[in-house]
Amino acid sequence: MSTVEERVKKIVCEQLGVKESEVQNTSSFVEDLGADSLDTVELVMALEEEFETEIPDEEAEKLASVQDAIDYIVAHT
Amino acid sequence: MAKRRVVITGMGMLSPLGNDVDSSWEGIQAGRSGITEIDRFDTTGYNTRIGGGIRNLDMESYLSTKDARKLDPFIHYGLIAAQQAVNASGLEDYADLDKERVGVAIGSGIGGLEYIEKTVITMEKSGPRKVSPFFVPASVINMISGNVAIRFGYQGPNIAIVTACTTGTHNIGYAARTIAYGDADVMLAGGSEMATTRSSIAAFSAARALSTRNDEPEKASRPWDAGRDGFVLSDGAGVVVLEELEHAKRRGATIHGEVVGFGMSDDAFHITSPPEGGEGAARSMKNAIRDAGLEPAAVDYINAHGTSTQVGDVAEVAAVKSVFAEHAYKLAVSSTKSMTGHLLGAAGAVEAIFSVLAIRDGVLPPTINLDDPDEGCDLDFVAGKSRKADVRVALSNSFGFGGTNGTLIFQRYED
Repeated sequence: MSTVEERVKKIVCEQLGVKESEVQNTSSFVEDLGADSLDTVELVMALEEEFETEIPDEEAEKLASVQDAIDYIVAHT
Repeated sequence: MAKRRVVITGMGMLSPLGNDVDSSWEGIQAGRSGITEIDRFDTTGYNTRIGGGIRNLDMESYLSTKDARKLDPFIHYGLIAAQQAVNASGLEDYADLDKERVGVAIGSGIGGLEYIEKTVITMEKSGPRKVSPFFVPASVINMISGNVAIRFGYQGPNIAIVTACTTGTHNIGYAARTIAYGDADVMLAGGSEMATTRSSIAAFSAARALSTRNDEPEKASRPWDAGRDGFVLSDGAGVVVLEELEHAKRRGATIHGEVVGFGMSDDAFHITSPPEGGEGAARSMKNAIRDAGLEPAAVDYINAHGTSTQVGDVAEVAAVKSVFAEHAYKLAVSSTKSMTGHLLGAAGAVEAIFSVLAIRDGVLPPTINLDDPDEGCDLDFVAGKSRKADVRVALSNSFGFGGTNGTLIFQRYED
């Protein structure tokens, strides 16, 4: 079974069309990985589906980096 | 104000006959059918199980997987045809190109139907929070024009005319006027369609518009033949680069032909059927001939709307006879839809390109499957095989639901 970190990174790669080697824990979705505001909305939807959870909009807005997403998932699932 | 002259300097196409202009035109000249069984979805239970799809498309040469995922296939097709047309025109190599003077007019008859279908299913199954933020920009019709502008930085007029099966013709005609009037120097124009989806095939079937010759797909589209039983729905896109003549000459562009006439009209009769006498079609052709400043007898070739429907085919013949009188029996009339099927909003664009190529290469495209001409269908339909001919002036017709008609006239470029 993959770790949360691996699963989050896999989704980030799929959604943002970036290579695994480009994705660091500190990577910002917008600054480093080329996401725009619509991309980040869809990324959150993909995370919700993968981890069978619901991320409220006010929480979703705070998820700016790969590590933010990992921390949120670990804390809430 | 004198009209500025408008010429064609680039062409791009995806059709059931091939994924570029050359392979599609080769298919037309060979009289090949692009119609096959539909494999995009399970057609069990459908009266019509055939269509003209786009096959073996090398998407990644044009669009990244990430960008492709955010767009309905009708936008993929339009963008790819536009990229091909721009490449062929050499426009991007012209250092003095003023991108504020370059515009786009590429429409679609139906738009992002497949994306709409998928989204409704997702919403029903998983609720509104699962609807993609890309749903609207992925499926609304002006997003080919929008994406083309973004891709190339073309900041001039940007529009997408939506007139069902007349879409491609209207966009090219409007774009030519935009240049002639002085609002732009270059326009990318045309249409795109990906409507062989579940709901669309079901709906056109319910309207009894589609051929059900499922056992012989390549023989299903048979304009003017007594055995015709409806049109065949197809996918694809056509885009032309239109350019003001002096601008084209200045950069040494290859000129494939000139747009000399554009006419429009409406039947004001019925939502899906024309009147038997084709009066609306005749008005559209007359308006285009007047705009071109030509005598009807100057027209050598008509690329007909010719969809293979009972009423439509006969009405167009009546219209041609009423506009051209005796000359109707001297000119050639053919339907390339006998090979491509009906590309709806892209039809007028791919047929405009075939008309220009008929002039450029001196070839009359054939009407295939015309084995037994219907009563009154007694014009020279170039039945069966293409043939060589000196084509100086070609006219292309498109007629759409709502009774909307459009006609373009192309002429061999002469200084």
